[in-house]
Order: sequence, then C-alpha cells, then structure tokens
Amino acid sequence: MKNSVLLGTLAFAGLAAAGASAATLDDVKARGSLNCGVTTGVPGFAEPDANGVWQGFDVAVCRAVAAAVLGDPEAVTFVPTTGKTRFTALASGEIDMLARNTTWTFSRDTDLKFDFVGVNYYDGQGFMVPADLGVSSATELDGATVCIQTGTTTELNLADFFRVNGMSYEPVPIETGAEAVQQYLAGACDVYTTDRSALAAQRAGFEAPDDSVILPEVVSKEPLGPLVRHGDSEWADIVRWTLNAMISAEELGVTKDNVEEMAASPGDNPEINRLLGTEGELGAMIGLDATWAKNAIAAVGNYGEVFDTNIGESTAIGLARGLNAQYTDGGLIYSPPFR
Amino acid sequence: MTTMTDPPQADGFRIGQLINDTRYRSYTFQFIALLALIFSFGWLINNAINNPVLQEVGINFGFLQDQAGYDIGQRPIEYNSQSSHLRASIVGAINTLIVAFLACATATVFGVIAGVLRLSNNWIIRKLMSIYVEIFRNIPVLIWIIIIFTVAANVLPQPREYRGEDAAYSPLFGVVAATNRGVYIPRPYFTEGIGAQEPAAVEVDGVSTLVAQEVTSSANWLIVFGVLLASFAIAKGISVWASRQQLTTGIRPKTWYFTAAAWIVPIAVTLWILGLRWEIPTLQGFNFRGGIVLQNPLLALWFALSIYTGAFIAENVRAGILAVSKGQTEAAAALGLRPRRIMSLVVLPQALRVIIPPLISQYLNITKNTSLAIAVGYMDLTGTLGGITLNQTGRALECILLLMAFYLTFSLAISAIMNVYNNSVKLKER
Repeated sequence: MKNSVLLGTLAFAGLAAAGASAATLDDVKARGSLNCGVTTGVPGFAEPDANGVWQGFDVAVCRAVAAAVLGDPEAVTFVPTTGKTRFTALASGEIDMLARNTTWTFSRDTDLKFDFVGVNYYDGQGFMVPADLGVSSATELDGATVCIQTGTTTELNLADFFRVNGMSYEPVPIETGAEAVQQYLAGACDVYTTDRSALAAQRAGFEAPDDSVILPEVVSKEPLGPLVRHGDSEWADIVRWTLNAMISAEELGVTKDNVEEMAASPGDNPEINRLLGTEGELGAMIGLDATWAKNAIAAVGNYGEVFDTNIGESTAIGLARGLNAQYTDGGLIYSPPFR
Repeated sequence: MTTMTDPPQADGFRIGQLINDTRYRSYTFQFIALLALIFSFGWLINNAINNPVLQEVGINFGFLQDQAGYDIGQRPIEYNSQSSHLRASIVGAINTLIVAFLACATATVFGVIAGVLRLSNNWIIRKLMSIYVEIFRNIPVLIWIIIIFTVAANVLPQPREYRGEDAAYSPLFGVVAATNRGVYIPRPYFTEGIGAQEPAAVEVDGVSTLVAQEVTSSANWLIVFGVLLASFAIAKGISVWASRQQLTTGIRPKTWYFTAAAWIVPIAVTLWILGLRWEIPTLQGFNFRGGIVLQNPLLALWFALSIYTGAFIAENVRAGILAVSKGQTEAAAALGLRPRRIMSLVVLPQALRVIIPPLISQYLNITKNTSLAIAVGYMDLTGTLGGITLNQTGRALECILLLMAFYLTFSLAISAIMNVYNNSVKLKER
C-alpha cells in the first residue's frame, strides 16, 4: 500500500466517508428522499421561509427532480452547503445533486469529476457600491477595498479584472454572504462583489436599497446550473432532462395549472404528449414513470413560473429575464427536443 | 509451621486467568483494545481506498505549482495573483505565525496582570478582574472575534470621513489614522547605508528639490538589530558589574543612567547615520496610502485571542501564586521587602514552575484558534491553503493533509521551546 494512501486515510478518520455508490437512482429510491445541496440562504434562490420550508429558484430544481423520481416534491432533504463544502459534499455522496448557484467551469466539470447537467441561470459577476460614492463605472475603483464572498470563482475574476485594468485593490474575503454584506453596509469596504443575481437579491433585503447601485460592468460569464457526480450518466440524464422538461414546458405553454388537464386529455401536439407521457416511452428510457415530467411540472411549474415566483420582476428581488428568457424571446434558455 | 497453600504451579495457566487473574487481565483488555483499533483503522483505510472519487482523482501535490489567481490582503512577502498556490500557502503560514506570536505575547501580559490583580487586597480591583475572567473565558472565542470585528467596522470612522478641510475626524498626532478598515501608522525607512541611492530631483510647484531615495536593501535592518543586541550585552554587563560592586562594598551603585545611555545612544547614532525617515499615511482615493496598515481582521483576531486566552492564563497565574506557601510571603515581609519586590523576587520565581506547563497549553490553544481567522477574512493558512486554494483546485485531501502537517509541526515546535524554558525554571532537584 502506498504511503500517501495511508496518510490520506488518516484524514478520512471521523469522516467515515460514505462510499459513493454508482447507482444514485437506486439509492434515492431506496432512501425514499432526495438529498439536495443548496446554499445556506440566498433570498429568492434558496432560503427557508417563515415556516422553515425551503423556497427558491434552485430549490425548485431539487423539488422537480424529487417529483420526477419519487412522485413527491416534498421528499427532499435539503443540505445547506457553503462555497467551500459543496464539492466535498457532492463528491463524498452526502448529497445526490447540487443546485447552488454553482458556475459551470471547465476544471469543475473535468478535473473535479462532476457533470454539469445544464444551466438554469445565466449570470455574471458585478459590483455594488454606495450611491453617494459617485462611482459610475468599475474602472474608477482603483485603490478601493473590496468585500468578497470567499470560496467562489469571484476572487479569481476580481483579481483578473483589476490586474488587466492596471488597478490595485484591497481584498476582504468573507466566509458568508451575510457577513460580507454587514461589512459593506458598515462602510468597511467600498465595493461588494459577487454574481449580479445575488447582488440584486441581497440589495432587496437592505433597509434602503436605493442607497446602493449595481455598476454596469459584468466582469465574467457565470452560467449557474445543477451538477451531479461524474460517472453516473443515468442519474445525470434524469437531472438534466428534468431541468429540460421545465424549460420545454414553458416553451410549449404547459403550466402548473393546466398540466393535469393536458395530461388527462392529450391534445394534438406530439411534443407536449411525449413530454407529459401520454405518447411514447420517454419515461421508461430513463428508468422513471411515464408521468415523471408531468409530476415535476405539477409540483413546481414550468421554468418561467419558477423564475417569476421566486426572483422575477414582481418579487422583491426584481430580476428581469434578460439572458434567461426563452430563445424564442431573445434569451439563451433552450431545451433540446423531447423525442 | 508450614503454610497449606499450594505453591504456584509453573504449568498451571488456565484460560480463565486471562479475565480473573489481575496479573493478566490488563494485558487481555489492552489486546482487545488494540484489535479494535486495528480493525477500525483498517475499515477506514479500506473505505478510503474503495472510495470511487479518491480512486479516480488520486493524491497529487502538483497543484501547488499552479497559478493561484487570487489576491491576499495582508502580504508579508512578495505576492500577487500570478504567484503559485505554494507561495499563497506560505503567505498564509506567515500570517498565521504573525497573529499567533502577537496573541501569545499580549495574552501573557493580560494574563499575568489580571492574575496578579485578582489576588489584590483592593476589593474593587479584585472583583473587576474576576468579572473580566468569568466573562471572557465563558463566551466562545469565535463570538468574541466576530463581536470585536463588527464593533470596529461600525464604530470606527470610514476613511472618507477624514477627507476635506473640516473633516469629522483627523489622524491622531497627524500621523496615525484609525479607520474601520484598519489602523494606519507611519512606516520607518532608511535613505543612507547599504545600497543607498543618489537623491532624486522631484519637482514641487515648479521648484526642483532633492528628495532622498528609500534604500531597498533589508541589510540595514540587520545592522539595527545587531546594535540592539550589542546594547543588550552592554546593559547586562553593567548589571553584572553593579552586582559585583554590591557584593564587595555592600552598596549597589546607581546604574540606571549608564543602562539608559547604553540603550539609547548607540541606536540613535545608528538611525541617524542610516538616515531614518518616516512615511506618513495619507488619504488618496478610497483609502489611506503609505505607512503600515494593521488591518481590522488582524486587529480583531489578535485582540480577541489575547483577551480570551488572557483570562485562562490569569487563572493559571493565580493558581501558581497561591501554590507558593503563605510563609514565603510572610518571611519576605519580615525581611522588610515591599509588596512589589516580594512578588517579583520571592513569589513569582517560585510560581513560574506551576504556571509554565499550563501556559504551554494556552499557547497551543492560541495557535490552533488562529484558524478561526476565516470568520473575519484574515488570510491565514486555513484561509489560503485550506480555503481558497482548496476550493479552487478541489484538492481537499491534499490541502487538509498539508494543513494538519503545518499545525502539528508548529505546535510541537512551541511545545519543545516552552519545555526547554520549563526545564530552566522548574524546581532543581539534585
């Protein structure tokens, strides 16, 4: 036995590493619930409500998968993860999937041995500054103190942005978003930087949201999406196509309210019929019931409904669809066909 | 008369004796414990080997050579986002050592003062110190760190409040600026000495003036250090000479002005020759620039660890002092020594041998508690290697192994050094 393996094992002592089994679908079915990794709390994306029930845009993906696999959107055990613990939790098998504002990058997809199954939110890193600072562009931030939520791609984008523009800055890396916001509000840093969706979400929670402005620069591409472990393609397919089902449902006009009706009386649109399992054997192909997609949509609604109820313009977070509109409306949200 | 008991038989070992006979029982249980230990470690090792993730990724420290890509606020050595993960880890390790050293030093000071004052004859002081000890050691240190950090961020002024003609705040003595991001103090530098450069012409308001250039070589600081060492030797020599005079004549000569001169004159001359200048922090743009900045995360962590561990050390000191029998104090008082001298000459030297061993534990606690730095964004080793590097590379196992190796090595080193000191103060038994 190699020495390094022995040493490695010592680190595992106490962790009692749960060997990640290859057949995640069987594990989930046997357990009767889906272990889904989410954030420790970002308004609109994943946060427990007043009754302790998890709500949000990412949470809806977890619930849709649970509804598709187990037929019950409530059969989800939510595991709050930080930017630091999320990958370990997924790699060790503690969670079956991760839906947590996680940016799809090359190295995470390959080197870290994960599979990103799609994108549920196209985001980009932005900057938020107090309005009375009089800054209108991120290129005016030379010498500023910048609060960062650590454990993300944010630090790397930030370092690159300031280096390329020949500017200096003082980084203040904070473990949790809430602490970083406290520092920002106290004026201990001039700038708070993270993904623009999270900036909007956190600004919505401020006492005076109008005292802060989000600068126009978007310094990175942040395609956020759910991911699973490498090596279990069947499970990856299930999560991928559950997400696609939500997206297709919006495109095809299937909503939470009319899905039961459409499934009960199949119309003449074959794509809708295949999606809802009234035609073809799509469910059997991924090892699920014929009604898997119908269950998912009935549980959380289609992509557009999930967006609007959690983070859309009618909510406190107030995000416009923008890049996250359907491709038919000029956005990037696009599902491969169900056939 | 002969005894009727059978002599122990050499071949009379029965299996039941393993449990019933006290001679063998301890071996039996130790053997069972050993088996259990081997089994549980074997299970863990087997588990790790069969872990599909570990099998696929393997253990590889090559990532340390890769570009780190992130910036660090407090950089004791040259570092930028283009440096390697290894260098980022070294920066983190140095930051850990800095805060551990500072906190150990101030915690000892707080602890000794509070411990001695807890035994004061003055009722108010005694009770105040009891309140300090009980409040600080009964609330988790992480909470103290966050409280101090948050209070500093909200109470101290923002840098921009120093701006303008009639600013709300102005730097203390014109040179020290305390802001909610950190405390900015002047930075000394040399303009002469090893590696000195020609003064450069700087144009100010159309008038060209010669400005002395900063010396980049750090060799000059070694000179300063050497001079201080020499001063220490001279002061020691004066003290030895005074003791010898006292032994022969019975009168101790007044030496304080010699000692003061030995300390002050050489260093003053050295600094004058080296051309000491001060760089004063000034407000430029968003922040103060120039000078040395003690950032708030460092201050919060340092102060919280000192004051928290100081409360524990105070109790150690009190225990040590109470362990010296009252007769010693009374005898010293009978000889006419004043209370302060009784404490410093009679009680404390004897108390030290009780104080030192638990003090080692407290130093180790401080060292390990520095890993709470991540809560306030102080980039120690846990923040760099165990934080951002781990997250960016995903090499959790390797990073954690390196972290464990560092903390273990450093803690053992502290133990070793303190044990040497302990041996020098402990009761000499011959």
